[in-house]
Amino acid sequence: MNRHVKINSARIAAQSHFRTLRLGTPFQPRIDALAKTQDWYNWAGYRAPHSLWDEELEYFAIRSQAALFDISPMTKYRIEGPDAEAFLDRVTLRDVTKLRPGRIHYTAWCDDEGFVLDDGTLFRLSPTRFRLCSQERHLPWLLDSAIGFDVTVKEETEAVAGLALQGPTSFAALRDAGFAGVEKLRVFDLADFAHDGSTVTISRTGFTGDLGYELFVPADKALSLWDRLMTSGELHGIRAIGYTALNRARLEAGLIVANADFTTAEHAIRADRLRMPDEIGLGFMIDLEKGHFNGRRAILAARAKCKLRHVLVGLEIEGNIPAEHAIVYHKKSGEVGLVSAAMWSPMAKRNIAIASLARPYGDTVVEDLWVEIYAMRELQYQKLMKRAKVVARPFIKLERRTTTPPADF
Amino acid sequence: MTSFDAIVIGCGHNGLVTAATLATAGRKVLVLEAGKEVGGAARTEEFAPGFRGSSVAHLLNRLHPDVVKTLELEKHGLKIARADFIPSVALSKNGPPLVLHGAYGEVLTGASSSEQSAWRDLRAQLLRYAGILKPFLSRRPPDLDGMSLLETASLGQTALALRKLGKEDMRDFLRVLLMNVADLLDEQLEDIRLKGLLAFDATLGCHLGPRSPTSLLGLYYRLAGETGGAAGAQMLPQGGMGAVVAAIRASAERAGVVIRISAPVAKIVVEKGRAVGVTLDNGEELRASTIVSAINPATTFLDLVGPREIDTGFVRKVKNIRMRGDAAKLNLALDRPPQFTGVDAAGHNGRLVIAPSPDHVERAFNPSKYGEFSQEPVMEITLPSLADPSLAPGGACVLSTVVQYAPYALKEGWVAGKPKFLKAIMAQLEAYAPSIGKSIVHAELLTPADIETRYRMPGGHWHHGELQADQMLMSRPVSSWSGYDTPIEGLFLAGAGSHPGGGVSGAPGLNAAWRIIAMGR
Repeated sequence: MNRHVKINSARIAAQSHFRTLRLGTPFQPRIDALAKTQDWYNWAGYRAPHSLWDEELEYFAIRSQAALFDISPMTKYRIEGPDAEAFLDRVTLRDVTKLRPGRIHYTAWCDDEGFVLDDGTLFRLSPTRFRLCSQERHLPWLLDSAIGFDVTVKEETEAVAGLALQGPTSFAALRDAGFAGVEKLRVFDLADFAHDGSTVTISRTGFTGDLGYELFVPADKALSLWDRLMTSGELHGIRAIGYTALNRARLEAGLIVANADFTTAEHAIRADRLRMPDEIGLGFMIDLEKGHFNGRRAILAARAKCKLRHVLVGLEIEGNIPAEHAIVYHKKSGEVGLVSAAMWSPMAKRNIAIASLARPYGDTVVEDLWVEIYAMRELQYQKLMKRAKVVARPFIKLERRTTTPPADF
Repeated sequence: MTSFDAIVIGCGHNGLVTAATLATAGRKVLVLEAGKEVGGAARTEEFAPGFRGSSVAHLLNRLHPDVVKTLELEKHGLKIARADFIPSVALSKNGPPLVLHGAYGEVLTGASSSEQSAWRDLRAQLLRYAGILKPFLSRRPPDLDGMSLLETASLGQTALALRKLGKEDMRDFLRVLLMNVADLLDEQLEDIRLKGLLAFDATLGCHLGPRSPTSLLGLYYRLAGETGGAAGAQMLPQGGMGAVVAAIRASAERAGVVIRISAPVAKIVVEKGRAVGVTLDNGEELRASTIVSAINPATTFLDLVGPREIDTGFVRKVKNIRMRGDAAKLNLALDRPPQFTGVDAAGHNGRLVIAPSPDHVERAFNPSKYGEFSQEPVMEITLPSLADPSLAPGGACVLSTVVQYAPYALKEGWVAGKPKFLKAIMAQLEAYAPSIGKSIVHAELLTPADIETRYRMPGGHWHHGELQADQMLMSRPVSSWSGYDTPIEGLFLAGAGSHPGGGVSGAPGLNAAWRIIAMGR
């Protein structure tokens, strides 16, 4: 009886995690201090800010200053070993043998049926060491994929803290923080720099379509890195921001978000929600010339049998009312799709959206498309039928994103 | 060098059947066998000087009639006659045995008259229900993704056959389909010897006890097989199982099949998702547009193709195929024929079963769940040299027995466990055939671990994958890929790991060949 009680109390003690409903990231003390709006959301189990003080101004911090965004909750895997390259070549769509050490590429991966499990960024840290960053968690899938490969796969989401520093003055802030040589980084380059007796990996990447960087440090060096950037960035207008601002910037950049613009295969309950890369604008990643990769057979078959039923497009919509989650019509009558993200773009000066359409609409039939916007006006919907035009993504192209060395704003 | 249309990996009986069928349809076929002999686990081997026996499979009870017909096996030396049918004898320690004569007990002796009439009814019912499932043996499993008109039509015939049973019988068929065999037997029979025998037959070769759910399916699988047109009939082939394989081989070679022995395949060569050839372990590369693997599905994909050429989900499924054998084979060389208590001369020519009751079989099964062998194992015994004296020196005798339960992953390991298990088996034999121990010249016990090594059968499982409800039909060897084709274009499976399963039937091999031909390859 006593033993029973003991085991129970030990178990209860070990279960105390449930008392913390949302985890804090390694940057939480700093973010909490700045969180004037107390506007939180759940990002993969972490307490993450929608906004910190003003979502409009936070957005403009990205476009005119330097915005600091905590990306620690992003799922990160460390993939290491002699077969790491071959392993990732089999798991992901793009040709990993073409990814040189010190480089990053945006990629995606599929299940056997060719449906997208997730998209993410792959960092090649050395010839035999990689970091895979993604929205969802994939450890069982990656471990089962490692069967037959000399490779280890470890989840390092908690161990590694991450920051995105984005905006025109982001380079100046980094330079003034003393990261000598950071000016040499071209888009999708990465390099290690000394920080607080440890190392920070800085890459010229981001989710904004702007000049920007991402920084990864061991969790225990997170706060000193934050302070270092905030200090050096002070005169460059550095501001901490929340997700709402970032989400606008990514939409202008035409970037998609898993489980917002498409449903990942392991989350989809309804069979018609599954998407192949070709159906969400990721067909360019598919490399049929490289060796075998997950989903190859199914993707080839779907292409051959014309079984690709959907297409993801950028839309420009007349007027200035955001068409968020609006239904897309052909000839104002037949439903042909849905808008997954929309905004009035201050940079493009256009009303933009990302939408998923049922082929042939958006593919071969692009004329006479409309969206129906329900605008709430004092407890009444005003229904607006607005013309939509399929346009290329990204919606904005900023020269400063790619100019190397970056200009000193 | 001759070029081939198809290369078949593995010269077990299924590999030979596929090769012969393809060759008959005009393909040039090469069969590659890793070992020094053909036949796989269906061979006749000398296990002691002058003593020969069927190494693993020893009874012919399900060689598919389509195989016999397509390959014209009777022209090539296979003899099947009603006179060859052998009885099943349920041994009893005290008192006379119970005997099922003819094709699975057309006549029952040694039981009360009420039991005889109960058996007549049950036998008829079992054969009727097994008959519903029988057509599935000779075709691809139903394809849930979309079937051809022909496939849909033949599935419709099954539905029709079900309707023909009549309302009551159809309901009962569906009611009992997934039952355990012990419960069904308890509903209809009294005699524990008869129930023991049926419980043994239902679970033979599977990791199931008579009270495990779905164990009745094993009995249906057995009774869906036929010999010489009689369902459930069994015989001891003259010359051992190797003679059956020799007939299939003769048919194959007559059709132009080339067989290479001692040619282990190291790799199936895959280029852009298509199988284009094989590499032998000496580095020699052979090319063909169709590659057929008549070996284990897990070996095929995890070793020969390799996980790099297939999708992760498929690797998961293949790794999850349960294939840990639970049966051992004991071959005894005896200096004189044994005398089983109460059994007459005809009985000694039959299949002698030690499975005194369903409880006994269940108790024998229990330890195997926890990695231990049965202390009082159950077994089926044959004495093939009585009818075929060529198998043993004059006056001597071969005893061939399949024994369970002998879990592949024995907790103490088979090195330590094997002598102990042999002792347990001999104690059982001694109880039914007193002083048999004194006549032993040589004993060869093949545990699942031995069977794995010697016959290249992972887990030492003669079905190449547990034959249970979740690994049958469209789930065999794995779901989505049960129709002999595989995710690798041009690579086909043809072994017992595919539908319908193991035993010397040739059905997987024949179905695979038909599939390959139907695809126009």
